[in-house]
Amino acid sequence: MSEALLTATNLGVKRSDRWLIKDVNMALKMGQITTVIGPNGAGKSTLVRSLLKLINITTGSISSIKGLRIGYMPQKLKLEDTLPLTVTRFLDLGRHKQHQLSPNLWHDLLHECRVEKLLAQPMQQLSGGETQRVLLLRALLRKPHLLVLDEPVQGVDVTGQVALYDLIGQVRDILGCSILMVSHDLHLVMAATDEVICLNQHICCSGHPEQVSQDPAFKDLFGAHRGGNLALYNHQHNHHHTSHGDIIDGQHHEDCDHG
Amino acid sequence: MADFLLWAWLGGLMIAAIAGPLGCFMVWRRMAYFGDTLAHAALLGVALGLLLHVNVSLAVVLVCLLLALFLSTLMHQRMIATDTLLGILSHASLSLGLVSLSLFDHQSIDLMSFLFGDLLAIGQADLLWVALACALVIVILVTIWKPLLAITVNEELAQVEGVNVALMRTLLMLLVAVVIAVAMKVVGVLLITSLLIIPAAAARRLSNSPEQMALLASLLGMLAVSGGLALSWFYDTPAGPSIVVIASALFFLLFSLPRPFRSV
Repeated sequence: MSEALLTATNLGVKRSDRWLIKDVNMALKMGQITTVIGPNGAGKSTLVRSLLKLINITTGSISSIKGLRIGYMPQKLKLEDTLPLTVTRFLDLGRHKQHQLSPNLWHDLLHECRVEKLLAQPMQQLSGGETQRVLLLRALLRKPHLLVLDEPVQGVDVTGQVALYDLIGQVRDILGCSILMVSHDLHLVMAATDEVICLNQHICCSGHPEQVSQDPAFKDLFGAHRGGNLALYNHQHNHHHTSHGDIIDGQHHEDCDHG
Repeated sequence: MADFLLWAWLGGLMIAAIAGPLGCFMVWRRMAYFGDTLAHAALLGVALGLLLHVNVSLAVVLVCLLLALFLSTLMHQRMIATDTLLGILSHASLSLGLVSLSLFDHQSIDLMSFLFGDLLAIGQADLLWVALACALVIVILVTIWKPLLAITVNEELAQVEGVNVALMRTLLMLLVAVVIAVAMKVVGVLLITSLLIIPAAAARRLSNSPEQMALLASLLGMLAVSGGLALSWFYDTPAGPSIVVIASALFFLLFSLPRPFRSV
């Protein structure tokens, strides 16, 4: 029932005698949200960029279904001040002749991403959160089968991060696309994720978020790399309970229906 | 008006017109130093052209393009900081060009005209070539405008969206090489970058979109060519540097304008 959109087999990337990622096997299934987590320098971005064919891989192979359209939201956007570019023009650059959003869908997404009021603004004057929302909207313009988000909440404050993850979940529901997301924090994305891949050069563990968070490999990795794992865990846990409890439940039921 | 002045003016206008949008891309992509390096290498192209008895403009385009490809490969490998690399190659190629040219018979080569341009020496035949080159540049530029803009905004985003980034980059370098080969006649290898960069930078203050900036850069460049030629004609100053002086004056004039002129 769930066909893989993109499959990576034995993926390895080596740069100057160092393996950035090695022996990665993964499949992105239709309609699923997959999150790659891992400490800094674990090769998360390398993995995403090799899946997007932005960098050359050393070993393994990547196969995808025919005509796979990917919407990509880069970690950040660095724009020269010398380039006069409004949000509208920036979005236009991402439009595709054949694969366009219907006017209704466009207005829905424009509204969801809260970009309407930004359209005439220069890209350089947007705040971090606004830039991320514009980038997300651009990634959606070609009606992607797969949305790839590399640390989508970077440079966004905590409230904004929760809102952005909410938005990503809503967008998935509207477009019905799969999502591959990179994050350094499992607990923030847990509610919205179907599958977690815990990466530290190789895949340490993977599976359903609750299952992964109990996995010794996961605890090892984040315990060892972060020291204050327990404190952080509690903090995030509280956060989830206060502002996100119902959403965790809703997501869970949905998963059960799927399964 | 003397005929030669008319040819010079027309040639200058055409070159300024294509230098506008290309200069914008150089400003947007931070390629000013890169362009300078290519322009200096043009001298080497001249020497090679004379040595091998091939068309000098063609030799310049080829040398610039080869160096551009070589440079982008080296920059991609990041073995050495980009500005250091450009600093080395820029002056290495300039010196190599000067040394090779000095090997020729001194009487047959007017070094100053290569270094600072000799716009007033443009004849009708040259004008035809300039027109052809400019038409070629404009056609290519209009055709690839959108993907070129897309890779300028963000190369990775453009690549994921299906733009052939390597091809676009190479085409942009080809266009820059062609412009350098023709602009060499106007302002010479030492001042080419200014003809590309200054009108574009000046246009930024007045522009709300990339297209507007490109168009304005062309117009400002044409204004600078006209003013520079007038200066040269009435006060007997060298034409190339006069054009650059006028362009710089325009830049500082626009730069000192109050901000409300610019909204984006």
